[in-house]
Amino acid sequence: MIAQHLPILQIVLPLMAAPVCMVIRHPQVVWIWATLITFLCLPISIALLVQVMAEGVIVYELGGWAAPWGIEYRIDKLNAFVLVIVTAIGAVVMPYARRTVDTEIPVSRVYLFYTMLLLCEAGLLGITITGDAFNLFVFLEVSSLSSYVLISFGKDRRALTAAYRYLIMGTIGATFYIIGVGLMYNATGSLNIYDLSKIIPELGGSRTIQAALAFLTVGLGLKLALFPMHMWLPNAYTYAPSAVTVFLAATATKVAVYALIRVTYTIFGTVDILEIVPVQDMFMVMAVIAMFVGSLVATYQVNVKRMLAYSSLAQIGYMMLGLSFDTITGVAAGIVHLFNHAAMKGGLFMALGAVAYRVGGVRLEHMAGLGKKMPWTMASFVAGGLGLIGVPLTVGFVSKWYLVQAALEKGWWMIAVLIVVCSLLAVIYVWRVVEVIYFLPASKVAQEAKEAPLSMLIPTWVLIGASIYFGIDATTTLDVAFAAARALLGDGG
Amino acid sequence: MSPTTAILAAVVVPLIGAIFIVLNGRSANARDAVTLITATVTFVVVATLFDDVALGMRPTVTVLEMLPGLGITFTLEPLGMLFAGIASGLWIVTSVYAVGYMRGHHEINQTRFYTCFAIAISSAIGIAFAGNMLTLFVFYEVLTLSTFPLVTHSGTDEAKRAGRVYLGILIGTSIGLQLVAVVWTWNVAGTLDFRDGGILPGSISAGLTVVLIGLYVYGIGKAALMPFHRWLPAAMVAPTPVSALLHAVAVVKAGVFSILKVSIYIFGFDLLSRTGASEWLAFIAASTILLASLVAMTKDNLKARLAYSTVSQLSYIVLGAMLASGIGAVGGAMHIAMHAFGKITLFFCAGAIMVASHKTEISQMRGLGRKMPITFTCFLIGALSIIGLPPLGGVWSKWYLSLGAAETGQLVFIAVFMISSLLNIAYLVPIVVNGFFFAPPEESDDDHNHDDLSHAAGCPGDVGGPNQWKVRGIEEAPLMCVGALTFTAAGCIVLFFYATPLYEFLLPIATGGTP
Repeated sequence: MIAQHLPILQIVLPLMAAPVCMVIRHPQVVWIWATLITFLCLPISIALLVQVMAEGVIVYELGGWAAPWGIEYRIDKLNAFVLVIVTAIGAVVMPYARRTVDTEIPVSRVYLFYTMLLLCEAGLLGITITGDAFNLFVFLEVSSLSSYVLISFGKDRRALTAAYRYLIMGTIGATFYIIGVGLMYNATGSLNIYDLSKIIPELGGSRTIQAALAFLTVGLGLKLALFPMHMWLPNAYTYAPSAVTVFLAATATKVAVYALIRVTYTIFGTVDILEIVPVQDMFMVMAVIAMFVGSLVATYQVNVKRMLAYSSLAQIGYMMLGLSFDTITGVAAGIVHLFNHAAMKGGLFMALGAVAYRVGGVRLEHMAGLGKKMPWTMASFVAGGLGLIGVPLTVGFVSKWYLVQAALEKGWWMIAVLIVVCSLLAVIYVWRVVEVIYFLPASKVAQEAKEAPLSMLIPTWVLIGASIYFGIDATTTLDVAFAAARALLGDGG
Repeated sequence: MSPTTAILAAVVVPLIGAIFIVLNGRSANARDAVTLITATVTFVVVATLFDDVALGMRPTVTVLEMLPGLGITFTLEPLGMLFAGIASGLWIVTSVYAVGYMRGHHEINQTRFYTCFAIAISSAIGIAFAGNMLTLFVFYEVLTLSTFPLVTHSGTDEAKRAGRVYLGILIGTSIGLQLVAVVWTWNVAGTLDFRDGGILPGSISAGLTVVLIGLYVYGIGKAALMPFHRWLPAAMVAPTPVSALLHAVAVVKAGVFSILKVSIYIFGFDLLSRTGASEWLAFIAASTILLASLVAMTKDNLKARLAYSTVSQLSYIVLGAMLASGIGAVGGAMHIAMHAFGKITLFFCAGAIMVASHKTEISQMRGLGRKMPITFTCFLIGALSIIGLPPLGGVWSKWYLSLGAAETGQLVFIAVFMISSLLNIAYLVPIVVNGFFFAPPEESDDDHNHDDLSHAAGCPGDVGGPNQWKVRGIEEAPLMCVGALTFTAAGCIVLFFYATPLYEFLLPIATGGTP
């Protein structure tokens, strides 16, 4: 009975739990409640993934109204995988958040923080699970609005302008998306994604459909911070509270990438419109520029959090590059990098959060000499950094391997060279920090620093450990990614 | 112990040792004992595999599937057996030496040093036993990263700069070139296993072969082929045991070993000689041999001179592989062993001189041979082996390398070997001659006591400590250092007489698997 309703439970649980936080209000109790909810969400998504891998697509009709009139949740291998990413990150961030929230957020607002974090998770899960284009917009707004609030919680007052900027850009993105959906509705009379994927090929390359595709990709491109629509991201990540940065960096952009995959591969997958409007080629160009610009700018940052934010831009470039290949290997590489990047970047931002907690800042001068003061935190930072470089035995290597392979399969060896050149840029920006950590004497601010508390260290190492484990034995994640890629490219969706 | 268990044990034992080294970090004696025990156990485990390989067995074990269809696999064959044997065997000697050196030199962070050392040896053995190119690549990168803390051991600005060069070149070439080559091979051949005769399909075009082997040979930056050789002299800021075992044996030999592996088991000599794809690399290797020797002559710092000598000697092996003839490859493989014993002796001597007299520049070492006769005699033996004179092991590898060059009709390379030998004489022998036949610098008699005092003040217990010999004007390094370098010098002589078994052991790599 419950197993049947898992899809809706996945959404309803965090969505309903959020307002309850408003009622509880007591900081500690709210934290326990929120943690409990995220712990419950994770097994649900894992159960869904197992079910999908075994039995194929799950269709859940909301309120028993059949699609295309009612809203349906449609779970295939791809979004089941993304659901696991989001819930897993949620379940790791909550225990981690307690200590950072103590220092970064006034006690009177702590309950609001957890409310928003739960809402944000609900929104992201909703985007992922829904099979309805308009419903996706609704969840997009739920997650976006809550993330604006979350970012503005930052201690630094610049968090306010960062959140405001994100608000403007995010709203433009969401508006573009809904305009695209409106145009599609105008042409097809349907909002159901699966339905759309059947109708749109019949309409071919009509002007309306082309315009819809343009609006949809630009709108989602803004949300996922694809170059050159990334301007909101560095400040938002830099000034948001530590736990928020971890959560958003590891999930929000990934879910936006997922939504873009849905649009380009499921809705427009079989249309020759892609030959009229070479979306893939545009993605490739933007992805390559993102990889370069992101990595290059990262090498110049003094604020390590901002450095990782620019590195995220580059990593988003990797994902988009994989998708733009339009081959099974390429798309699988992009999908598996969703997970891989979530693990390593989440872990890295957690390590930085621990530094902020102990030292009070994350600029290079704060990191000096921490190799001796916070050995475990710094070891996790190095391990995560090696992942960004793509050293073997980390997940970064797995992603890089398949990206290079996909490029070579297509005979685009120039792209393969660009990929490895970008990972060499990562060596520069990661090693700059490593040198500061291990070779410089501790600065005045770091003199008193000691190892991060276990409640932060354990979640950090869970993510970094995952980034190592799935780098050594990548068969599980790759099986899922390849199955998802085959489903996307194979069955006409 | 079954062969497959022994293979795994050889890789895992040093890692377990590393853990125990960390656990015993507080007690220096316990920690050093753990290092020695681990090294001995590792060597014994490796040694048990020797007979199986000699009998033509090729045990294979797959540890786990890393990527679908691609696993971490170990396969035993003569070349890997040789490399693993040398690395693990000399580890024991180096550990003995290191205990003397690190204590005599009052180095800091010794626990980190021994831990990273053990990890590096584990990855060197992983490279030696790698059954496919992915496994080799993985351990290759681990080796780079685990040796980084050793290179930057002192933590000074100079060490930091050297670390940048080290990591920049090694990671840059391996990810920038080697990784592309590996994935490319995987795409073209559909497998990365090391197989006799190579795995690349015969249909592969000559142009592609040229590019691919270029990517491999330059991607394996540890082979220090010019112009990617700068990391090796830079790495000399490391403590001498590191320079001795890692940057004369394990790390650099991992590089040339990988090149041999790739040319024999990925390309196959048939493909290489048919397409002539490796010829241009043979010429680059020949130029490296000569240029590096010339640079070595200009260096006054002993370790820097030895480093450039290593760069030059490594290219012998690269050249042997690029000749694409069986006999040349065997010569190259033998040179791994011969050069290992010769060069480790020289580095041990350099370190012993540094510990005993705090001298690093060759120009300061005038007359030092009279104070340190054992060290300088062993230095001479090592130098003669590097030069390739009988009765020392180095002569045989040069012999077979020259035979390989003759077989392929490339007589110019024989000339290169000869010129290089002359250059070796020119930059190695004067060190010994200066040491023995010239009087020490004039001020030394007067200044000597003063010198001692300042050392004694600087590091109490150093000079005249229980480890140091001071008998009748002889001031040798600590006993453990001298013992180690005498042992390896003796090894150079032994190898001269036992070259035939080594040759026969390696012969299967030339004949494609049939012993």
